[in-house]
Amino acid sequence: MSERARLGLFLGAATGMAVLLAWGMAGLPAFGAFHGAYALLIDHVVVAQRHATDAVTAVNFDYRGLDTLGEEFILFTSVVGLAVLLREQRSERERPPARAGEEHRFQGASCALRTLTLLLVGPLVVLALYVDSHGALTPGGGFQGGVLGAAALLLVFLGGGYLTMRRLSPHRLVELAEAGGAAGYGLIGVGGIVFAGAFLKNFLGYGTAGELISAGTIPLLSMAVAAEVSGAFVLLWSEFLDQALIVRRG
Amino acid sequence: MRELQAALFALLALGGLAVVLTRDPLRQALVVGVYGLLLALLFFALQAPDVALSQIVVCTVAVPVMILLALAKIHGGEHDEEDRKSSPEGEPR
Repeated sequence: MSERARLGLFLGAATGMAVLLAWGMAGLPAFGAFHGAYALLIDHVVVAQRHATDAVTAVNFDYRGLDTLGEEFILFTSVVGLAVLLREQRSERERPPARAGEEHRFQGASCALRTLTLLLVGPLVVLALYVDSHGALTPGGGFQGGVLGAAALLLVFLGGGYLTMRRLSPHRLVELAEAGGAAGYGLIGVGGIVFAGAFLKNFLGYGTAGELISAGTIPLLSMAVAAEVSGAFVLLWSEFLDQALIVRRG
Repeated sequence: MRELQAALFALLALGGLAVVLTRDPLRQALVVGVYGLLLALLFFALQAPDVALSQIVVCTVAVPVMILLALAKIHGGEHDEEDRKSSPEGEPR
């Protein structure tokens, strides 16, 4: 195709696109206009019904708990798939450290940077636990807190070294957290069948709205998701780090 | 509030352009992290703090780390190839 023909094709297509886009945008509702009847309803009934002050978490772990179960298993299966793909293959071998005790440290990371990183590990763990446990009260919940917890281990890697991170998160423990979190969510759901008559239906007392232990099964489900997500992300990053730092084709 | 939202929308448009125009994948991983942070601020300004929290941790921590590690693996592989070429019997070190 000649340059002229290509330019003509582009101009024609771009004009059509611009016209369609302008036409579509002209019919958009005003900025901020909202007609979601379901969301407005939830906003009104959530505190009275579920004793949870964060409507989003109540929807995630109670009204639409089954959706979250599906999402949790999407993450679970994708990380398991990644672990299978990145397993040590026959043509690969683990490169032994050049000298004993060699940590796969970052070259060029200054002492101040490493100290600051390590100082941040503790506060990040506390923040992760806070976000996990206050899911029903304030914005946050198992997913966000879970990734934060995993990020704390990543800081250990950045500031300390890869082998320190591996010592702190043995593979067996990480896999146990991931699998236990996924299974825990399902088992709490089964508890709903046994004690309340429907899958994932709340079977605990709701407590007082605004207290740490309230909102029935929502905090438990949130903690299960936190364990699963933390395990999944640590496993994901360890597999990538193994590939980047240790495994060599040979 | 409206002004803040409008400013963030404009910044995000520029940020998206910056991500696309950054050609070096290493820098792109960092630019996409900044872009993700801007997106989190927009979610916050639109009163969706739950989504903003997820956005911060996923787009500024999880995704850039995965891109960086994949790049490290690719570059490490290149070094291996160089090692093999430079050693006389073609044996990897």
